[in-house]
Amino acid sequence: MSLISAFIAVIRRDLILAFRRRAEIANPVFFFILVVTLFPLGVGANPKLLQAMAPGIIWVSALLAVMLSLDGLFRSDFDDGSLEQMLLSPHPLTILVLGKIIAHWLVTGLPLLLVAPLLAVFLGMPEQALETLLMTLILATPVLSLIGAIGVSLTVGLRRGGMILSLLVLPLYVPVLIFASNAVEMAGNGLAVDAQINILIAIFLMSVVLAPLPAAAALRMSVN
Amino acid sequence: MVSSHPQEKSLEVKDLSCIRDDRVLFEGLNFRLSRQQVLLLEGKNGCGKTSLLRIICGFREQDAGEICWCDGSITDSDYFAEMAYVGHLDGVKKELTVVENLKMSLALGQTGDYSIEQALDKIHLAGYDDSLVQSLSAGQKRRLSLARLLITKNTLWVLDEPFTSIDKEGIKLVESLMHEHINAGGMIILTSHHDLVLHEADVQKINLSTCH
Repeated sequence: MSLISAFIAVIRRDLILAFRRRAEIANPVFFFILVVTLFPLGVGANPKLLQAMAPGIIWVSALLAVMLSLDGLFRSDFDDGSLEQMLLSPHPLTILVLGKIIAHWLVTGLPLLLVAPLLAVFLGMPEQALETLLMTLILATPVLSLIGAIGVSLTVGLRRGGMILSLLVLPLYVPVLIFASNAVEMAGNGLAVDAQINILIAIFLMSVVLAPLPAAAALRMSVN
Repeated sequence: MVSSHPQEKSLEVKDLSCIRDDRVLFEGLNFRLSRQQVLLLEGKNGCGKTSLLRIICGFREQDAGEICWCDGSITDSDYFAEMAYVGHLDGVKKELTVVENLKMSLALGQTGDYSIEQALDKIHLAGYDDSLVQSLSAGQKRRLSLARLLITKNTLWVLDEPFTSIDKEGIKLVESLMHEHINAGGMIILTSHHDLVLHEADVQKINLSTCH
């Protein structure tokens, strides 16, 4: 019971913090919108071309937007000592870390989910692909937060961890990118996407179970 | 198995060594702390006081030796439910209010003797309930992080320079809180450059500069 209340308290605290630092939190969504809207200007407003590129553009931008927000996941807790206090809690750190990851997804992944369909329409994505796009975002943006948490807990102790963070995390993001954008593209062509969705479900479930463990262990090392 | 009888709680450090960047900070350190005892760590800057406290908190791995809580290792006994740490970092979020911060500490630990209102009253922060921590002074932040010790249930206090940026009146206050904790059967490990006034308490002193 008290573990559940600690878990909820962590999520609640991070959501309050996100609300009080609104400007910082809005960054990833702005980035996402900006990148997607700049593409037609860069590659030309050829509807066929944009339509063909839409799944890739949306997914690459979403992935980079999440990566941009990762450093904030543990940075302030590390700097002000809240992380030390979490480590000293009698509750398992993995559960508390999972709480923080969920809060991170709620403030970065969820807004992406809400604006992505609009941007997809803007790029001329066929209507039958929208449902799949949402499905892949629902399944895969939590994966980005979960995998990112491992990378960020490894690098939070370093002064300049940004570059290493991208190098650590990007290779692990690639499978998600491949399956997700491929699913959206095939759905646009009216093909079945069950296989891709199933694989994304598998990646999602695996990372929910497995990612908080190394993240918690890495945080212990970083605080050292 | 480990007995959890209240009288037998103790922290025992055996042959502890800490090496940092090829420098031996201390080695062969032994002590035993039981209920109603205070351990004051002394020594010049950089002699390993904070490192020792961080080892006791489980943040750092010791280079040799062991630490036992009630005869069990600190990693597998219910040690973390019984200790509280106030370090150089206050561990409070500046964008949260005083009460929100304390509620978070309460959620991470177990409910102690004081309610949040009582604790704020005790440390003279009553009336600041809904102020954001970033509007508090450094000394008030420090008091707030010490309030954490009161609202959660714990036996062992690990305090790293608890008197930093606290005023004279505040120092007296913290000393009286420490006294109260000791009389209630608690134990305290602290580092301090301030001359501690703890009458009638069983104070052990260790000078880490001499532990080579």
